[in-house]
Amino acid sequence: MTAYKESHLQRLEDESIYIMREVVSQFRKPVLLFSGGKDSITLARLAQKAFYPAKIPFPFLHIDTGHNFPETIAFRDQLVKELGVELIVRYVQDSIDQNKVQEETGKYASRNALQTVTLLDAIEEFGFDACMGGARRDEEKSRAKERIFSVRDDFGQWDAKKQRPELFNILNGKIQFGENVRAFPISNWTEEDVWHYIAQEEIGLPSIYFAHKRKLVKRDGAYLAYSDFLNIVDTDEITESTVRFRTVGDMTCTAAFVSEANTIDEIVYENKASKSSERGARMDDKRSEAALEERKKGGYF
Amino acid sequence: MELLRINTAGSVDDGKSTLIGRFLNDSNALTVEQEALIAKKTKEKGMQNLDFSVITDGLIAEREQGITIDVAHIYFSSGKRKFIVADSPGHVEYTRNMVTGASNSEVAIILIDARKGILEQTHRHYFISNMLQMKAVVFCINKMDLVDYSEDVFLKIAADINKMTAQFETTPDVYVLPISSLKGDNVVNQSKEMDWYQGETLSQILHTIKTGEISSNIFRFDVQQVLHVQNDEFVDYRAYAGKVISGSLNVGDTVMVLPSGKQSEVKEIRKFTDTLNAVQAGESVQVRLKDDIDISRGMMLVKQPDDNLFAKDIKAKLVWMDEKPATPGAKYIVQAGTRTTQCKLQTIEAIIPPENPSDLQDANQLLLNDIALVAIKTGAPVFLDAFKENRANGAFILIDPMTNNTVAAGFLER
Repeated sequence: MTAYKESHLQRLEDESIYIMREVVSQFRKPVLLFSGGKDSITLARLAQKAFYPAKIPFPFLHIDTGHNFPETIAFRDQLVKELGVELIVRYVQDSIDQNKVQEETGKYASRNALQTVTLLDAIEEFGFDACMGGARRDEEKSRAKERIFSVRDDFGQWDAKKQRPELFNILNGKIQFGENVRAFPISNWTEEDVWHYIAQEEIGLPSIYFAHKRKLVKRDGAYLAYSDFLNIVDTDEITESTVRFRTVGDMTCTAAFVSEANTIDEIVYENKASKSSERGARMDDKRSEAALEERKKGGYF
Repeated sequence: MELLRINTAGSVDDGKSTLIGRFLNDSNALTVEQEALIAKKTKEKGMQNLDFSVITDGLIAEREQGITIDVAHIYFSSGKRKFIVADSPGHVEYTRNMVTGASNSEVAIILIDARKGILEQTHRHYFISNMLQMKAVVFCINKMDLVDYSEDVFLKIAADINKMTAQFETTPDVYVLPISSLKGDNVVNQSKEMDWYQGETLSQILHTIKTGEISSNIFRFDVQQVLHVQNDEFVDYRAYAGKVISGSLNVGDTVMVLPSGKQSEVKEIRKFTDTLNAVQAGESVQVRLKDDIDISRGMMLVKQPDDNLFAKDIKAKLVWMDEKPATPGAKYIVQAGTRTTQCKLQTIEAIIPPENPSDLQDANQLLLNDIALVAIKTGAPVFLDAFKENRANGAFILIDPMTNNTVAAGFLER
């Protein structure tokens, strides 16, 4: 793993730190969107490295769907305490109670798409003009077309056809009042890079990323974590197995992998051997071929 | 592992997406989801050969229209090297996207249809690759299967390429090879149909080109922000956070601050909790100086004074990227590294037709995708070197103050 560290991981880290410093310098009120997943945990580490010995100069924002893995929330609270950053939490439940969004019904009900409204409200409430996120271009094909600084209009919308050209390392963060920018410091990282970086930096992760025994619901050939949030139907099969999660979203839409992998080396090896992409485990992307692009146009992060 | 950044370019039906798909497929780098999608789409469209284009065409409109609109980034590893491929569309707004894709790449792959040979587009692609000083250009003569794998066809096109590249004073390393992306000849696997070609496959070439930016030795450091810390451990800590644009820096070096011209000695170079003796181009660090000098974002640290950096009347090659034309007298914001200032487009000296760069044209406005030689007056110095001498510190963008859009890419001439 040393060879990995010396060359391109270093280049990626330098680039991400450069981007974060540009965000802080070019915007009045930036925020880091923190989900508790490995990518946002990596962002937190990069933020720490970019500004140390100064404190991280922006708050973290978590849009809480209420359907989180409890392990992620515990980890989140511990991490922000260690870093000494301000954590802002806004709840999808509040948006539901205010009748701004309607809870989905049926077997596939998920709060994933509802997050957008809560996020846009939070952006407006605090006047955030730049939201940093841990999205990577290798994740999904519409993400592959995303800029590092991605301008969103008053309604948070993404217009794929009108993106600004982004040349060299020159980042144009100029926006009109009311607009905001989504900034993606780890755009050029791959899933494997993130795992190697986590190993290199000895970054802690929520335990659900590693093999553990869990009660599961087998549905459409995928394993979902058994929870009160899931609408269980007759065709579902309740089972138990040793699994890990490769990507962490809501409990209702993140599928588990049957795995014994307990170390990062084992995880990297297993991911590679499976030849499968991590978003293959996201039920929210499987709704249609363009599921993520459609959500992004509406303001999803 | 080393990382190589590649830009692919080609005309509309030259088969770029197929080449990328083929490369991934034969390098065993497709995910099972991609394989399933390719199989599904191939069946839906009733195609004989696998339809790889679905991997790169990520937007709904692209799939609907069967064209590529925007630069897509594809990441994969061969096990020996990591690759980032910027796939630039061959349709409308071509130049704009190609320049964007190429600006963050080291190598260009230019596809040529063996049945058609060199086209106007090929000249344009090569001109841009040359203007952006890419390290290497790989010409893939594609669709060799459709010309019976003929050596004569290949040799004729190779000779034309030679003639084209010979027009330029300096040139990137040039590779020419015959391939068929559809059938897989010379992409990753050596062709069985063309035993007359004993050279490297595309994959072999991409594994031998040296990685890393070509960087000038001249030291340039862009100050992004000033960090000021006051606590028990760090008393009166003041550091300049930024990136080494080019050259290298050691503790003890004397540096000069632009624009003030004040000098001081480097006291400390820091990366997180580590203090370092020396840093190289590309590294994001914090620099501390012995003396307390007034320094803020947008200033630059250099080792040697250079009057050229202070120029406010600059000559540049400009690639116009906006629908709205530019006319002399128009005002923009120029952004170079961490600096922004007002500027005015003084004169359009000539439009350069990429198909025939020596045939300069007069013009009174710049249209989308035009490449021109211009004179610009800036409100303050932008501290740029000539792009030819220092690629990392020679480019800028123009921003329309009304729309905030990036409307042009510029390359400083001297």
